[in-house]
Amino acid sequence: MISALTLLLAFQLAGEVIARGLGLQVPGPVIGMALLFGALLLRGGPGEDLRQTADKLLQHLSLLFIPAGTGIVMYGELIAAEWVPLTAALLGSTFLAIGVTMLVLKALSKRPKTGQSIQP
Amino acid sequence: MTPQLTELWVYLSASPLLGLTLTLMAYQAAFWLYRRTGFHPLANPVMLAIAMLATVLWLGDIDYRSYFDGAQFVHFLLGPATVALAIPLYTQWPRLKTMAGPLVIALVLGSLTAVLSAYAIGAMLGASHASLMSLAPKSVTTPIAMAVAEPLGGLPALAAALVMLTGVIGAVGAPYLYRWLRIGDHAIRGFAIGLAAHGIGTARAFQISEQAGAFAALAMGLNGLLTALSLPWIMPWLERLLGR
Repeated sequence: MISALTLLLAFQLAGEVIARGLGLQVPGPVIGMALLFGALLLRGGPGEDLRQTADKLLQHLSLLFIPAGTGIVMYGELIAAEWVPLTAALLGSTFLAIGVTMLVLKALSKRPKTGQSIQP
Repeated sequence: MTPQLTELWVYLSASPLLGLTLTLMAYQAAFWLYRRTGFHPLANPVMLAIAMLATVLWLGDIDYRSYFDGAQFVHFLLGPATVALAIPLYTQWPRLKTMAGPLVIALVLGSLTAVLSAYAIGAMLGASHASLMSLAPKSVTTPIAMAVAEPLGGLPALAAALVMLTGVIGAVGAPYLYRWLRIGDHAIRGFAIGLAAHGIGTARAFQISEQAGAFAALAMGLNGLLTALSLPWIMPWLERLLGR
């Protein structure tokens, strides 16, 4: 587990260095993820240790968002000032975005099986 | 409170131990409730835990910053966890490749829907310019949303709060949309929730399956990238178009 955590942190560090070094707006860990993904493609997959550690971390991904999420308490006044348009926009647009994405994917991933017979 | 208790409270409320322990306790309590309700979407553990912690901070008159001094040890793990998303992505790579075309189209349309509908609803109901620009990047991960909102005239702090609320709304609401629109494919479920509700949605997707989680992670990453690149010119263009 320690070696897998070290590897994850090393890739995060590399991502952070690249993001700051090149002045990119993409967060360092996201670049670290891309680097590790590339390394896995080259190496032909993760070892057992890395896979188990990743599973453990991702199983409790929800927990990791709680400290930042609790930060909402600091912005109560900002949100309260315009709570009607903000709440409506958040609810409406989040549901619309999920709905549109799913319907587009569903429509496009349905391969018409009779496709060839239609050809002249 | 007796003098000793007051002293103890002064010590505890300033110590990182309290924030860290409260975070773990709130999560466990929230998850217990979530399981007891048979994983009811409205008992979402992230939402419940945040509500519990907000109540405790308010009742105990604890400053968010001193809470975060302890909670940051949990928060820090978001970095390595994000890197670890490479593993499910690798596992799902064969299926991802076959869906590349539809995924790109769904990404662009879903991302535009998130931005334009938030702007339209907010503007119709009279939101200020600063609020609209803070709303626009609400579907992407916090650091990107804050960085994108500021030069457009949004408030980074408000953007961060709206991102969090979006994540919770997406995680709570998505299961209802899955049922209503009859979407059974875990790849589609995951991609949509990751696109619209970033990391909190991705965390929810991992509760469905590894496949849903991998597609959510991909959508979150791609939408973050797309939004960072496209919003700086979409929003000014939209405002000119509407003559605002």
